[in-house]
Amino acid sequence: MTTVTLNGLRTIPAKYVPVLVTACLFVAMFVAGGIRYEGFASGQVILNVFIDNAFLLVVAVGMTFVILTGGIDLSVGSVVALSTMISASLMKGPGWPPYLVIPLVLLIGSALGMVMGYIIHAFEIQPFIVTLAGMFLARGLCYTIGTDSIPIEDPTFTAFAQTRIDLFADLWISPSVIIAAVVVLVAAYVLHYTRLGRSVYATGGSEQSALLMGLPVARTKITVYTISGFCSALGGVLLSFYMLSGYGLHAVGMELDAIAAVVIGGTLLTGGSGFLLGTVLGVLVLGLIQTVISFEGTLSSWWTKIFIGLLLFVFILLQRLFSARRT
Amino acid sequence: MAVPAPILQMSGIGKQFPGVKALDGVDLRLLPGEVHALMGENGAGKSTLIKVLTGVHPIDAGTIELLGEPVAFGSPLAAQGAGISTVYQEVNLCANLSVAENIFVGREPRRWGRIDWPRMRARAAELLARLELDLDVSAPLSTYSPAIQQMVAIARAIDIEARVLILDEPTSSLDAVEVEQLFKVMRSLKEEGIAILFVSHFLDQVYEISDRMTILRNGRLVGEYLTKELSQVELVAKMIGQELAALEKLHGEAKVFDRSLLEARGLGRAGAIEPFTLTVHEGEVVGLAGLLGSGRTEIARLLFGADHASAGDVTMDGTAVSLRTPRVAMNHRIAFCSENRKSDGLIPDLTLRENIILALQATRGWTRPVPREQQDELVGKYITALKISPPNPEHLVRDLSGGNQQKVLLARWLILEPRLLILDEPTRGIDIGAKTEIQRLVAQLSDGGMAVLFISAELEEVLRLSHKVGVLRDRRLVAELPNDDDLTMDVLMETIASGGASGGRAE
Repeated sequence: MTTVTLNGLRTIPAKYVPVLVTACLFVAMFVAGGIRYEGFASGQVILNVFIDNAFLLVVAVGMTFVILTGGIDLSVGSVVALSTMISASLMKGPGWPPYLVIPLVLLIGSALGMVMGYIIHAFEIQPFIVTLAGMFLARGLCYTIGTDSIPIEDPTFTAFAQTRIDLFADLWISPSVIIAAVVVLVAAYVLHYTRLGRSVYATGGSEQSALLMGLPVARTKITVYTISGFCSALGGVLLSFYMLSGYGLHAVGMELDAIAAVVIGGTLLTGGSGFLLGTVLGVLVLGLIQTVISFEGTLSSWWTKIFIGLLLFVFILLQRLFSARRT
Repeated sequence: MAVPAPILQMSGIGKQFPGVKALDGVDLRLLPGEVHALMGENGAGKSTLIKVLTGVHPIDAGTIELLGEPVAFGSPLAAQGAGISTVYQEVNLCANLSVAENIFVGREPRRWGRIDWPRMRARAAELLARLELDLDVSAPLSTYSPAIQQMVAIARAIDIEARVLILDEPTSSLDAVEVEQLFKVMRSLKEEGIAILFVSHFLDQVYEISDRMTILRNGRLVGEYLTKELSQVELVAKMIGQELAALEKLHGEAKVFDRSLLEARGLGRAGAIEPFTLTVHEGEVVGLAGLLGSGRTEIARLLFGADHASAGDVTMDGTAVSLRTPRVAMNHRIAFCSENRKSDGLIPDLTLRENIILALQATRGWTRPVPREQQDELVGKYITALKISPPNPEHLVRDLSGGNQQKVLLARWLILEPRLLILDEPTRGIDIGAKTEIQRLVAQLSDGGMAVLFISAELEEVLRLSHKVGVLRDRRLVAELPNDDDLTMDVLMETIASGGASGGRAE
């Protein structure tokens, strides 16, 4: 079996290499930051990355499902924004309680995803185009609700926003991190221990083969877009906890952050190869870049984009090398 | 001998695709414990028949009965559920998944709703052991050779309590030892009472393994025969479907060929064509005969530099040349009219003139455009010479008939005044009138000193035109016969069927 020898000590299956590369990158960045900046090398810095990016993590989990089937979902950022907008407006105007608003938002997001998945499957249209349409649609819907930012004053939401869950030794996280962690664990279980998960990998490996092997390819494709829609809506809810507002300009470009996180996490854009753990690491790397830039102080936040751009180049080249070696 | 009730009976199957009647009134029955070969040339309808049987396409007419019950499968999954498993020619597995998963994906053993990985690996190893394979079942499939992947596909197929196993060209990527291993597995499955439908272009393999065969031609049923009662010659005749009438030859008196133009010595390409030796003289028409997939096109592609040779060398006019790319071949004035004029040759949205001038322009490079006057003159000359209709140089090639498109392609290469013209199936799919015109043209060209390598599935045509016929079988040039009075259709078919003196591949 294809293995890569590290220091001649032991061998690692090739499929884990991209994830390991990302993990090494993360550790290297953390160590370098710790040496360069005072107060960087603490557990709370990493936890803050989780706290500030819980919504991105949830969205990226959904994106991982889609990309594993060889598809793409460009609508996620807009669905996130739409979710914040719907939550904020329903709680502010008619004064709906959160336990009605949150399920409704999740339902709308899932339904949007399902419709896009159905169109992609039934009319055999490129996911890129269908979700691009979905992106404009969802973003446009935000502005039909309102063009201004709507503040959220609901006590449950503010409680979620302000609660600190203390861990040991002065470390703390927000409730959003727990939700994100649960999403990651459930998603990892689904991908590796259910037939749905394996169908996702098989469809991404070769859709034609999967069909001839008798796998429910249609159902799988529609399901992954539904999952992505659900995750976007949940990401939207987490973002409203974080921002305490609904706004049509929230999460502009988040679809690209999510795709970047998935790719940096070692998932092949052509589908069929990758791990959810990689996506978690990808989100951490993106978050850590932001942290480093804020610690640096003098660099503008656009440097984040520049670093992410460079990283993406490197990782896509790495993917090319690995897939070339395999064939 | 009493014939047991068939496991599967297909009757009067019809299937229409837009513009083509792919199947028309085809019957097929599979008996338990028998290997049944489905025979026919490419395009005869074998693949379509398999696809309608396994639910990839719905049928338009006819009935399918499984164990006496009428069935209609809406998907490959439904067919599998009923015990009909298929292993396709191209390995249809997911190379990114592990070996064990490829065997079980879609029906993984589960415990409390979650996939039971240890049990899955154990069962996969067990199944592979039945096929005498010892693999690391948790390794990705992509780490194994195509032959092993094929075996994994079979392991997947037989795990589904299969009653009918369909093997569509399973041996095309296997070597002789692997084929033997596959046949051993097939025999043991046969003894378990499974009906096996076997499709292969290799006649020797069909005769070695099959008990019974059904022959298709042009989407119609030719008949069902017991393998031991049908000779290979009869089989080939039924597949090709030609009257064995005596045929006139186009060339009058015998010519003497003394100036060799091109000599290939031990030229071959691994996996495509075994090393062959062939000499083409100036003014000679060399025909290549053999069934589809026997290596005819591969020889043409090697000589044109479209594929790299892995062995052997080529000399032209006594000096060694290296035909690395089509460009080099063109510089040596070799021209190649490819088999598939639609996808490889003509550009349908350009005019007749633009299509004809294309190769000439390519040899000059884009910095030196062919002057319009010269274009018009050349194109006019060839339109007249080849009787291309309509004789309007500005007509779009798309709107031309097949025969005229073929002539446009010919004209394109003739402008370059090649010394060796390779024609791969120049007359396929064109009407009889255009066909004879092209044949006459080939004869004229060779009389004028041009050497022609003529490839055709129609033996009659090869016999009419060629001075010399190379016979191919199972990717080997098995015989080179001078086209004299002793060479008849029967002799040619005999040679194709028996593989000349050298015998077949799997013997």
